Amino acid sequence: MNITAGEGAWQLPSRGRVGMICLIIAESAIFTIFIAAYVFYIGKSLSGPTPREVLRVPIVGTICLLSSSLTMHWAIAALRRGSTGAFRLFWFLTLALGAIFIAGTMVEWRHLIYQDGFTIQTNLFGTTYYSLVGLHASHVIVGLIGLTIVMVLALLGKVRREHGERCEVFSLYWHFVDAVWVVVFTTVYLVGR
Amino acid sequence: MASETLPLTIHKNPLAVVYEWLGTGDHKKIGLMYIVYALLFFVVTGIEAVLMRIQLAHANATFLSPQLFNRLFTLHGTTGVFFVAMPILFGFGNYLVPLMIGARDMAYPRLNAFAFWMTAFGGLLLYASFFAGNSVAQGGIAPDVGWFAYAPLTAPAFSPGHSTDYWNLSLLLAGVGSISGGINFVATILSMRCPGMTLGKMPLLAWMNLVMGGLVLVTISPLTAAQVMLLVDRYLGAHFFDTQAGGSVVMWMHFFWIFGHPEVYVLIIPCFAFISEIIPVFSRKAIFGYPAMVAATTSIGFVSLGVWAHHMFTVGMPSYGNAFFVLTTMVVAVPTGIKIFNWLATLWGGRIRFATPMLFAVGFLFQFLIGGLTGIMLATAPLDWQLGNSYFVVAHFHYIIVGAILFSIFGAFYYWFPKMTGRMLDETLGKWHFWIFVIGFHLTFDFLHIPGLLGMPRRVYTYEAGRGWESWNMIASIGVIFQGVAVLIFVYNLIRSYLKGAPAGNDPWDAWTLEWATTSPPPEYNFAVVPAVHSRRPLWDIKHPDDPDSKYE
Repeated sequence: MNITAGEGAWQLPSRGRVGMICLIIAESAIFTIFIAAYVFYIGKSLSGPTPREVLRVPIVGTICLLSSSLTMHWAIAALRRGSTGAFRLFWFLTLALGAIFIAGTMVEWRHLIYQDGFTIQTNLFGTTYYSLVGLHASHVIVGLIGLTIVMVLALLGKVRREHGERCEVFSLYWHFVDAVWVVVFTTVYLVGR
Repeated sequence: MASETLPLTIHKNPLAVVYEWLGTGDHKKIGLMYIVYALLFFVVTGIEAVLMRIQLAHANATFLSPQLFNRLFTLHGTTGVFFVAMPILFGFGNYLVPLMIGARDMAYPRLNAFAFWMTAFGGLLLYASFFAGNSVAQGGIAPDVGWFAYAPLTAPAFSPGHSTDYWNLSLLLAGVGSISGGINFVATILSMRCPGMTLGKMPLLAWMNLVMGGLVLVTISPLTAAQVMLLVDRYLGAHFFDTQAGGSVVMWMHFFWIFGHPEVYVLIIPCFAFISEIIPVFSRKAIFGYPAMVAATTSIGFVSLGVWAHHMFTVGMPSYGNAFFVLTTMVVAVPTGIKIFNWLATLWGGRIRFATPMLFAVGFLFQFLIGGLTGIMLATAPLDWQLGNSYFVVAHFHYIIVGAILFSIFGAFYYWFPKMTGRMLDETLGKWHFWIFVIGFHLTFDFLHIPGLLGMPRRVYTYEAGRGWESWNMIASIGVIFQGVAVLIFVYNLIRSYLKGAPAGNDPWDAWTLEWATTSPPPEYNFAVVPAVHSRRPLWDIKHPDDPDSKYE
């Protein structure tokens, strides 16, 4: 049986997009469980510091991470247009903003652990805080590794307009990481304090 | 598509063959590796069951020590779910889905290989625990915390040493493999269908693997999350399940069953797929109510996410909590019932042919129904308070796992072995296999309901005499002998038929889906020309150009 004329183009969703959305769904389920544990344990620590006592709201880091979604969006749009120069610039900004976020987390944790003596072992709050924020941070780091690889390839001139779809699939992951931060930030620094 | 002869065997360097299989991304080879892997662990699970049934045949028996018994039931359950059922269903799905949707492979062949090898190494890691520490005869340091590894038994204080870690890490590996497999199934079914095959024209097996794949994404992940929590509890001093620090052990139960209940639907939905392909072909009728079957399966997938705490009725949730889960569990029975009615309606008025695949399919129908009914009994919380954690529960879920899942897998073997190997399985041996297994299955699992009703708890290495449990346990243990014999006949059939079974040709069953439109076994590229389809039974259309299904659909 062959394709007969006049049946119209056979259009199916792109497998990259479907695959990445599936990964995002699975990861969302994992984060949901950690959020559920965090919320359930709010106020239940038997001892040790409370969120209010030790947490400082990471405003700068948050602004950086959320802006990186915008720069990522611009990067993809530039690549789709064929402006590889603009793509490289916005991609680099995305990478830099993500790196600033992680650096901020590292500074915050260094302070919590060495100055406040607050670790994953300290109490329920410590357990849930480091697990949840750590899980998110590890996802950001994976994203940064991907961003770096593409950055290197882009600087070598190997990323062109035809790679727009693949880069867009990767950007879905980055937007997901950002969206998770919105939820984590709200839960930990707004609701939980 | 005319070749009826067996493919040429070209003798290759054995090392090259090994390397080819180890490095393959071909969905058919990976599917076969999953299936063979699962069969090996099936034998292992069976041996574990035999040992336990020997111990339980008499009151106050001393055949197994309590420690070894605990390791055996933990491994039996863990292996059965993760290293037998999941791999074998992923194996059949991998093999069949691309063929049935007219594709040349899965969407992500390398991810496919990754998923298989992660699962395979997970199983090996779990069984490596036998050879670490203690003597093998004592079960090494295999995990002994039950397949659901409840907290706080898994806490470092109560499970010192590494036995629990073998459970935790091996399933983390396998879980990553399963999630990868789920991504692959969904991407393949949505993005790789051949021209003309709209979602409404896919075979039901493709639909059901789509639902299963999607369910895996949100089912395995909670277990992965909980296992990471257990890992940090055990090694970083965290307090997720540490009651001394205010942690909750019931939370482990919630997270585990949020995984554990949809997991059993992940297991049964591909079995629904096998039955939905076999029954129409052997009734010579298209499936009754295709849209209802799709809707029912999808709703089962969704509703199954909301019933988990029916495994926790005895934990002491408030009455409205219990009531909610009673209701949702009852609700999930409705679409399941619709499917059973549709299978029966397919049989009704058909020209039924009782070849071995059909025998197993009919066995499935009976046994799945009865297992579902005992499930409804257990869904009634007050009744569950009497029967929870008793042998009634064991009988219920084995009725589904063995009576429904395993029967449909046997049916799938007899139906698709010809496609995979180019040879038919022997019908006579198949019938012996079926009938002896039916006798053994019913001897064991029908009668195990009774000690449950009489109060015999689960996971006990022995029991006292004089409680009225002995005869029933003895009968159940005798049934195991029949099942063992039947499985040996099956294995013999597999090996003998692989070597000298009758040649099968492309389409031995006169079936209607695309896998039968290519050679047996299919070439590496599946189809010389990518097919275009116009109905739900594309091969019927090809064989009956004067009366195609597209005229009626």
